Amino acid sequence: MQLSREELLKAYRDMRMIREFEERLHVESAAGSIPGFVHLSAGEEASAVGVCMELRQSDCIAATHRGHGHAIAKGCDVSSMMKEIFGRRDGMCGGKGGSMHIADLDMGMMGANGIVGGGPPLVCGAALTAKTLKTGGVAVAFFGDGASNQGTVAEAMNLACVWELPVIFCLEDNGYGEATSTKFAFRGDQLKRAEGYGMPAVRVNGHDLFEVNEAMREATERARSGGGPSFIQAMTHRYYGHFEGDSTAYRKENEIKEVIAEMDCMMLFRQRVTEAGLLEASQMDEIDAEVLDIIEQAVVDALAAPPPTEADLLTDVYVSY
Amino acid sequence: MSVKSYREAINEAMRQEMQRDETIVIMGEDVKGGMGGSAGVDEAWGGVLGVTKGLVAEFGHERVLDTPITESGFVGAAAGAAATGLRPIAELMFADFMGVCFDQIFNQAGKFRYMFGGKAVTPLTIRTMYGAGMRAASQHSQCLYPVFTHMPGLKVVVPSSPYEAKGLLIQSIRDNDPVVFFEHKMLYDMSEEVPDEPYTIPFGEANVTREGDDVTIVAMGRMVVFANQVADKLEAEGIGCTVVDPRTTSPLDEDTIIECVEDTGRLVVVDESSPRCNMATDISAIVSQSAFGALKAPIKMVTPPHTPVPFAPEIEDIYIPNPDDIEAAVREVVGYS
Repeated sequence: MQLSREELLKAYRDMRMIREFEERLHVESAAGSIPGFVHLSAGEEASAVGVCMELRQSDCIAATHRGHGHAIAKGCDVSSMMKEIFGRRDGMCGGKGGSMHIADLDMGMMGANGIVGGGPPLVCGAALTAKTLKTGGVAVAFFGDGASNQGTVAEAMNLACVWELPVIFCLEDNGYGEATSTKFAFRGDQLKRAEGYGMPAVRVNGHDLFEVNEAMREATERARSGGGPSFIQAMTHRYYGHFEGDSTAYRKENEIKEVIAEMDCMMLFRQRVTEAGLLEASQMDEIDAEVLDIIEQAVVDALAAPPPTEADLLTDVYVSY
Repeated sequence: MSVKSYREAINEAMRQEMQRDETIVIMGEDVKGGMGGSAGVDEAWGGVLGVTKGLVAEFGHERVLDTPITESGFVGAAAGAAATGLRPIAELMFADFMGVCFDQIFNQAGKFRYMFGGKAVTPLTIRTMYGAGMRAASQHSQCLYPVFTHMPGLKVVVPSSPYEAKGLLIQSIRDNDPVVFFEHKMLYDMSEEVPDEPYTIPFGEANVTREGDDVTIVAMGRMVVFANQVADKLEAEGIGCTVVDPRTTSPLDEDTIIECVEDTGRLVVVDESSPRCNMATDISAIVSQSAFGALKAPIKMVTPPHTPVPFAPEIEDIYIPNPDDIEAAVREVVGYS
């Protein structure tokens, strides 16, 4: 295990931030205080954090509709995100994007995306920019098992190989595309598909931060040194439904309970670092409390913030008018 | 100033802009041609109709990129590259192929700025070929600019001549919004005097090619050529036509169109695109709403029939609005009482 104390603390903090953010949205959504759709990533924290730990602010990622975790892992401001999800004027996107389009290009977050499979071609573009301008940057496409069957994903993987782009394709396989299991919607082997396009591919336990990070470290080094794209399939689970309010009738009641008991990413992380004497439980408890306060404040601030105005409706369609 | 073809004018616009700005890159299918081929040449085609010839020799393979046949992939990549610091010119070989990459254009590139609260800048230019007349049939001949015009966040340019094409393409490249630039495939060999130095033509400013008292003809793309031909012929009979070329359907210069209709009292709109929900219907509704009192006759639209573009030359020629169709429409509105 090569991670420093600082890296370990940050990794834990980021995962905890994502978890508490999503858990709070679960509550707020049930209370009816959030407009529109939210898609929660609780359970999937380790893949977002394990990957984004290796990235610079200027490296780019594009996420799925389930993008809060990736945004937080990439360093986006939690309070600004909360305001955006509540549709406030000083939210991350001026209240004009919402949960599904949450983005901060300054932080290299090219957006959650309402179109399944919409992100991977865009990420090839960000990688092309890095390669053309010789920044040494890399770009990460997060997508799900559902998206893996979209034509855009196939095209992006081929294009990344043909143009030798510094892309990391990170498939977060949570076993479901909306209400349909991957067992129905997918045939074959994800790694063989990726290798078929001409890139190295590995499968990792998406609940294990260290496994994810190790694979990502190798992929990032390959990309930065001009070795082209890589593919990581992170096996994971989403604790909640496809969207909040979703009748999760497509999976057994105890399916997720078992996952939480046996492989929750923060439980695994805690066990590992305390057993190895790397961090104290009390340090992590402190982080837990701090994070809860931050989330609480973010919600308070979001509820108090004003919505966009009528004039805001018409702005920023174009740069020039 | 020198005589250039529409094709050459477009090539020159790209070349001069690429000399000026290193972040401009071109990507598309066979914009070079020959990659990986046994002949080992750098540029087998220079574009399917030769529009991008010579660019790789001047700018190199890193700035002129061939792609696999993967529109969603590379148009999406162009959108992502534009949002992150490049100024890409992506070529959608035939506008008819928009079906395989439309999401990347209208839902991604077109909406970043608005959805991300004003923080995204997406200086993407998509060049594409359109129009009937080449016997290329249903899937290679459509005029799809109305579909893009419908989408907030996109700008749409329809140049009618070599002079227009160079100025409007340079403007498109420099514009910081996503622009779809429609090149009529039957105009590539049209020639006229075009300035040698770079110049721009602003968006949203129609070109009034000539003025007359009796009728306003609004036409786009290749139809501008036909409209001017008809205007020439009718002038000899004492029928005066004002011809308005909007140049850009988004933004649309509604003011000029309305002013011209207020002067003449009669409007004929000539649009090669399929008749349901095209620019003719759009412009007719705008004028009807804003200049109803000025109209001395109903508005007449000259469009193809509501069919796919046919293959056989005889019926393709009937399909395309031609000068006779335009002349008949003008006579009808002028003769209305």
